[in-house]
Amino acid sequence: MLAPLSWLKEYVDIDVSAQELQDKLFSCGFEVEELHQVGEEISGVMVGLVETCEPIPETHLHLTTVNAGEYGTFQVCCGADNVAAGKKFPFAMVGATVYATAKDHVTVEGVMKIKKGKLRGYDSFGMLCSGTELGVNEDMYPGAGYNGLLLLPDDAQPGADVKPILGLDDWIFDIAITANRPDCQSIFGIAREVAAVLGKELKMPALGYHESGIEKEGFTVEVEAPDLCPRYISHYVTDVTIGESPAWMKRRLALVGMNSISNIVDITNYILMELGQPMHAFDEDFIRGNKILVRRAEEGEKIVTLDEQEYEMNSNNLCICDGVGPVALAGVMGGLNSEIRDTTKGVLFESAKFARDNIRKTSRALGKRTDSSARFEKGIDEYGTVMAMKRALHLVEELGCGKVASTHLDVNTGNSVEPREMKVSIAKVNSVLGITVPDEEILRIMKNLDFAPAIDGDELTLQIPAYREDIESYPDISEEVIRMYGYEHIRPTLLETAQVTAGGLNLKQRTELAIKNRLCADGLYEAMHYSFFSPSDLDLLRFPEDAPERNAIRILNPINEELSIMRTTLAASMLHAIERNQKNGTISGRLFEVASRFVPKGLPLTEYPDEKQTLCVGIWGSKESFYTLKGIAQAVADCLLLEFSCVSAKKTFLHPYRTAELFCEGEKIGYLGELAYDIEAQLSLRTSAYIMEIDLSALEKFYGRKPVFRPLSKYPDEKRDLALVMDKGISCGQVEELIRLSCPKVSRINLFDIYEGAQIRPDKRSMAFTITFSPDEEELTDAAVDAFVKKILKNLKKELDIELRS
Amino acid sequence: MQDLNELIEKMSGIRQSILSETSDLSDSKMVYEMKKTFLDKNGRIGQMMRFMREIDPSQRADFGQKVNELKNWAQNYFSSMDEKMKEKELELRYESEKIDVTMPAVTHEVGCLHPVTQMRNQLIDIFSGMGFEIYEGSEVENDYYNFTALNTPQDHPARDMQDTFYLSPEFLLRTQTSSGQIHVMENRKPPIKILSPGKVFRSDDDATHSPMFSQMEGLVVDRSITLGDLQGMLDVFVKKIYGDDVRTRLRPSFFPFTEPSVEVDVSCFECGGKGCNLCKHTGWIEVLGAGIVNRKVLENCGIDPDEYSGLAFGIGLERIAMLKYGINNIKQLFESDLRVLSQINDH
Repeated sequence: MLAPLSWLKEYVDIDVSAQELQDKLFSCGFEVEELHQVGEEISGVMVGLVETCEPIPETHLHLTTVNAGEYGTFQVCCGADNVAAGKKFPFAMVGATVYATAKDHVTVEGVMKIKKGKLRGYDSFGMLCSGTELGVNEDMYPGAGYNGLLLLPDDAQPGADVKPILGLDDWIFDIAITANRPDCQSIFGIAREVAAVLGKELKMPALGYHESGIEKEGFTVEVEAPDLCPRYISHYVTDVTIGESPAWMKRRLALVGMNSISNIVDITNYILMELGQPMHAFDEDFIRGNKILVRRAEEGEKIVTLDEQEYEMNSNNLCICDGVGPVALAGVMGGLNSEIRDTTKGVLFESAKFARDNIRKTSRALGKRTDSSARFEKGIDEYGTVMAMKRALHLVEELGCGKVASTHLDVNTGNSVEPREMKVSIAKVNSVLGITVPDEEILRIMKNLDFAPAIDGDELTLQIPAYREDIESYPDISEEVIRMYGYEHIRPTLLETAQVTAGGLNLKQRTELAIKNRLCADGLYEAMHYSFFSPSDLDLLRFPEDAPERNAIRILNPINEELSIMRTTLAASMLHAIERNQKNGTISGRLFEVASRFVPKGLPLTEYPDEKQTLCVGIWGSKESFYTLKGIAQAVADCLLLEFSCVSAKKTFLHPYRTAELFCEGEKIGYLGELAYDIEAQLSLRTSAYIMEIDLSALEKFYGRKPVFRPLSKYPDEKRDLALVMDKGISCGQVEELIRLSCPKVSRINLFDIYEGAQIRPDKRSMAFTITFSPDEEELTDAAVDAFVKKILKNLKKELDIELRS
Repeated sequence: MQDLNELIEKMSGIRQSILSETSDLSDSKMVYEMKKTFLDKNGRIGQMMRFMREIDPSQRADFGQKVNELKNWAQNYFSSMDEKMKEKELELRYESEKIDVTMPAVTHEVGCLHPVTQMRNQLIDIFSGMGFEIYEGSEVENDYYNFTALNTPQDHPARDMQDTFYLSPEFLLRTQTSSGQIHVMENRKPPIKILSPGKVFRSDDDATHSPMFSQMEGLVVDRSITLGDLQGMLDVFVKKIYGDDVRTRLRPSFFPFTEPSVEVDVSCFECGGKGCNLCKHTGWIEVLGAGIVNRKVLENCGIDPDEYSGLAFGIGLERIAMLKYGINNIKQLFESDLRVLSQINDH
């Protein structure tokens, strides 16, 4: 929200600097996002009186002497056609800064510093300036639009700074308005706050006007959709003369970034800025049927707006119609058919309140956002709706551009614009703050805010102005008090009245943190990826049409297709992370992520989906293998005091013979494997990548296992090495399982060598294990261990035809 | 019979030879070999004992004593020589094993938690100590919990403050961890002290915004909770995170679910408040939004706002991590670049 200091001063006698005002506004809840001086890039430009002016032969130039008062008199060469002796112009002295313009003298090309120059052999000490060179246009200062020198008034004093004369010393505040204060979306609204914070009187804008007695016979206003339009005021103006607005109005509009169009249109724009109420002016001649009808649009009904765009509406859009059809898209933009033209003689002003969410939806749906729709979306109050119409009619008279007729139609659903009375307990107001604000301070603050306070004991009676719809109960009053009294008065305490509670992580949170820390200890870095991914990622992972991973929740309004569905696997994000790292030259690394996979119970969503907490590990580099990845799985299992087992499996995106599913206590809990070569090539990976996903939500039931201490046996462990020869198809896991089943005393089995080659048959493989036998009560004798080994060998021979290597 | 004096002469000869013969020994092994030639049974001193029977019995005691004296002396002599040799040898060995201590260390690479997790853990530590439990809500949320129950009805302009990703007319990706407040308050009665960390989503994607980021919501509901409590608690938090010199400042703001609402700034920990690039020359850095829980929110959860009051605050974890570690681009936190992740290890 832009607010020029000069405009604010119309309503409040501001006697502090712009910077001080910025601080005051900040402390009471209005952050000034930017404060800048209108002419902040202009310096060293004085009023210069041209004393002599002689043409330089055979050029368009003049050689002048310029009187700059106390600064002296300077010789200046000037090329402008309106330079003349006896006139006063802005004079940029050597060292001044002004805007540089292109050859057309119109296009600004940055800022330049004036230096001593030489033109056609004549020294020139400075420059006489145009409006453009000072950043002033016709709207900001009459005459500034001329493509030549900017003529200053006769009473300007030579040597005086031109900035105050041209309004370049004005300040513009760009103020952030919070959503609870739509009443401050205007210069006057800000001025109300300024008056309160400075303790100054607020001067109301002039609202008076005279009705001519002329009536628009038979004219009616009908609101068919009062839910979307709680108030509609229409007033008729006759004898309109369309023309230019006065300089002061043009200047103010220019300062807040609006172009001047014509007096009637400017009045509506001026009021939008001044009071925050969007208004519209219809050309009476183009309102057919002598009628205004506010209704929902019909399905497929069309309107062409002022900017010559055609929109197709539906019943969610509100439109203003005449006796025949739509003449405005309510709250967003007027229709082209009824716009104000040079020939307009009669005007129907509209000041209305429209439902904010309806305007927002229409604005979004049609992709059309205007100053007007932005105000309606934030919410306007009917106090302002009434005031704005009065102000518009006043300005019509002030500008002399029409006669205020007597036809005033006001369709009202019954809301009051009178202040509401509210009674609150002062003790409660203070209880929110934790301090006691003196009663007289509360009175002062409430009075400055125009809440007409009265105190009787603990009871504070307030008259809440109609524009403060945000004030509902005592905490709102606490906020009003403290933002004006000052937050620095709050005394920090540490929950003196609260009960002691037992805090901390629960089992699930503690366990997950333990897993993460364990993974870090194994050299993995934690990653965090977006919860959404791309449908193309499902193709990257080669999921078939009926894969459960394709049953993903779609975002209805995604930022783009790449971020449009909720993740059903964390593998794709991990692969992209590996891809990016390899592109950056990190050719080996270890990453993990713990995040949710989103599994819908049905689509479209009608209930919460399952958010399955999942661990994804991605490792890559020449030192990694399936087995290093398996080691990471084992680290997770160790951390949970569990054991995982691997069973060969297939995954569409993994190496068909280097992939396994992970099981824990008979339940499938994840998978791991090497990335398939075609995907490796597709992602241009330089080193092999390995991916694992473990469903932590499936493991959650095992969390909290406690380690059980086994007393140390008095007797030592016994170890035996066995080299076993078997068919190549037999897996290590099968052998280990059978050894364990064969003897309960086996505590560890450690594979230490694998051999295939000349010493054994070509279809065979040898695996050498160290088997550890642990005693419990009794010592393990050699004979006992020999018996165990014999039993193991017998079972291996019987079940898997495995022999001891000779 | 042997003459004692002659034998004594002989012994003194042995003593002389020990002294002379060992003078050029250079290592402990040679000392050992030499020692054997004197002190073994058949060594030159050992052989002296054979003369015992050949001398006058009255002189035997004297002779025995003399031989023992020589033996003891020789043993001491050799062992002190051995000690010296070993000392010298050890010294030589050490010297021969000299290493270049500036050569690279042998390391075992340890990874680290994501900067946001680190920040989250630090905050959890601080607030756990004050009695906060941790509640993690779901990322997919019902419109009611994300907005309506938080005093942001359908037509409220605050819905525009956060552009929301919708999954269906009813379900959305939570825009704030505040939604957790409602779930907790619906199921529990005061006293409540909850910290609710998690991912939140807003349809914003530019240089300074990421469509996903992390928040940590804090909620206290008990009797007579005030703005003073809010500031006191946040003072503790910022001092623990940014240092004891850091001050907090409250200023008015607006959130639909708190009233009054405040923004909390901390004095710039880079420049101490004098003004620098980090604080954009204001001396203050915005770190979080907070306020006194709106009465309507308590009512929506079935908590009597006349009996209980509450405070709530929401911290952007990426933001405070970025401020703390000087990370300049929020996107870097989601790109898993090991060159970035390996730099932030602040356990």
